[in-house]
Amino acid sequence: MADSPFWVIWPGNAALSALVWFVIAMPFLYAARAPVHGVLLAVGQLAGGPLRLAARWLLASAHEMRERNRAVLLAQGREETGERIAREFERVAALVKRDLEGYPALQRKLLDEVTRVEEDYRQCGEVPPPPPEWVDAVTAIAKIKPNGNELIVRVLEEINRSVKAIHDKTLAEYRRAYESRHKILDGFMPFWRSLDKTLARADAKMTSLAERATAIDAQMEKYEQITRKTERAEHALAVSALTQFFVASLVLAVAAGGALVNFKLIALPMSEMVGAGDYLTASLRTSEVAALVIIFVEATMGLFLMETLRITHLFPRIHNLGEFMRRRMMWIAFVLLLALAGIEAALALMRDMLIADKQALLQSLAATQAAAPEGWLSRIPTAGQMLLGFILPFALAFVAIPLESFIHSARTVGGGAAVVLTRTLAVALRVIGNLIRQLARVLITLYDITIVLPLLVERWVKQSRAARKPRATGYEAGERP
Amino acid sequence: MRRRAFVLCVPLLGLAWATGCTEPRDHAQAVYLLVDTSGTYAEEIGKAQLIVNYLLGSLQPGDSLAVARVRSRSFSEKDIIAKATFDNRPSQANAQKRVMKDRVEAFTSSARGSVNTDITGGLIQGAQFLNETGAGKKTILIFSDMQEELDRATVRDFPIDLKDIRVVAVNVVKLKTDNIDPRRYMGRLEVWQKRVQAAGAREWRVINDIEHLDALLKS
Repeated sequence: MADSPFWVIWPGNAALSALVWFVIAMPFLYAARAPVHGVLLAVGQLAGGPLRLAARWLLASAHEMRERNRAVLLAQGREETGERIAREFERVAALVKRDLEGYPALQRKLLDEVTRVEEDYRQCGEVPPPPPEWVDAVTAIAKIKPNGNELIVRVLEEINRSVKAIHDKTLAEYRRAYESRHKILDGFMPFWRSLDKTLARADAKMTSLAERATAIDAQMEKYEQITRKTERAEHALAVSALTQFFVASLVLAVAAGGALVNFKLIALPMSEMVGAGDYLTASLRTSEVAALVIIFVEATMGLFLMETLRITHLFPRIHNLGEFMRRRMMWIAFVLLLALAGIEAALALMRDMLIADKQALLQSLAATQAAAPEGWLSRIPTAGQMLLGFILPFALAFVAIPLESFIHSARTVGGGAAVVLTRTLAVALRVIGNLIRQLARVLITLYDITIVLPLLVERWVKQSRAARKPRATGYEAGERP
Repeated sequence: MRRRAFVLCVPLLGLAWATGCTEPRDHAQAVYLLVDTSGTYAEEIGKAQLIVNYLLGSLQPGDSLAVARVRSRSFSEKDIIAKATFDNRPSQANAQKRVMKDRVEAFTSSARGSVNTDITGGLIQGAQFLNETGAGKKTILIFSDMQEELDRATVRDFPIDLKDIRVVAVNVVKLKTDNIDPRRYMGRLEVWQKRVQAAGAREWRVINDIEHLDALLKS
């Protein structure tokens, strides 16, 4: 009895009690129908309105962000392509300077060789003089028929002998002339070959120049597209930035692995310098922080070195330094990096010594015999550690290049992600706002279902009134039977 | 101007927090080993050497270790055989550990049994030593059968202060009488537990397997 809730009229029959309460409450619920509907609608509007507004604002912000991202992306692309074109022109200038600087000499050489060949050719063209005029006279004499006159026979024989001698002499001269022309033609060959080589060289140089020109054309085409702000250029730049982002992330992850190895190499020996029992925070040893600081300093020096070498362009101030100051800064960064690499190599050696000392102590504590030294084999890890300690700072210096790519591409990728996130949030807010408004309508319907009986009565009353009203109206209008 | 000052203040505050809010000794560990040399327990002293060796191998630079004997009256600095707060530099700490090992070895090879066993005096002496080190974790290891025997003149029935100190009874061997009635052994340990907890000790434990010391020292 005492355990029954206060609203239970008949203890042990909660359902009946609830039904009675419901019947009692129904008239009041019916009476409060209009205000409750109003409240539910107002609540729906109250919650849904600001959410819709926020969604709209977020969409507008996303649009604005997208435009800004686009502008930044195109500006970056323009700058990058401009630099590439400038670089191509530099290459062309270098080619022209290297290859075409000697062009006058090449031309002179070519002209000399051509002149020489022409001269030789001309000499080849000189043929032996034609047979003398008296050949016709001899022919006429040869037609004289021998009639047995001894004088004539002797004359003819003499003529025959003379002609033969002259013929042999002429033939020998002709052969000699051809022989000398063949010799001249033989002498042609080296000049022809030289001419061929010179022309091939000139051709290769011109081809290389043509290739550079094609590359410049492609870059110019890209530059024009970026300047025209075409969708294609934007898409290409966005894809390029995304690729750069992932590649740079991958390389940075590898570099982080290298930095971790570096940290492991120097953390223990650093405890010999700054103490192993000192803590900066609850779980961070001073020696570990010192090792981390050294690694960060190395990375910073590497960054400055790359910057002063004009490989990266993260710091405009360094980039704008005068040549003398830039060189000085480059040498300072390099010397510091070298010193840090030396320190790391020494620390790696110290690490090995400390581990060996600890091992010896543990062996003496465990009362086991110390292992016999393995000669030069045991020194390999030590040498490896030292080498690694020396190399890693320089390897870390190159992190500046992927870091720059990462920073530049992160702006594009991050901007794109922010736009997507903002749009998603806007859609979610819009959906939630609509859901709340629909929920208010559902609640109104449910409220009406709860008070369905009074509503049915109301409808019945209205219908009966409506049914009576036309007849009354008709009667009043004088439609009396 | 204010913004610049804020930017400058943030790292300075961080540095102050890092240097000022963490006491270097908070991470250090101090261990005081009481070695019972009385009666038949003197035969167990070889195991005490093993425990010392184990401690020397486990403790880090900056930690403290003291080895003291339990005699008829143990509340005296003279009963401390060897003590050291290891240097922060690992190489120096290793050298200190070697010296300490030699001292304890010399003690174990020449230890003579005492007539009575003043564990309470040793605990008071150990608490003093540990509190002076200022270490974050303080532990007293009692290498004994926990059977206290005092002469009539020695007064130890007063409350002692072992606040923030862990007390660990190691290698508590069973006596002949314990074998006859194991309740004596249980009762003896229970009395010590109550006494140690009443003294404000952080923890009371009994470890008969030395290998379990590892987990204790790391916790």
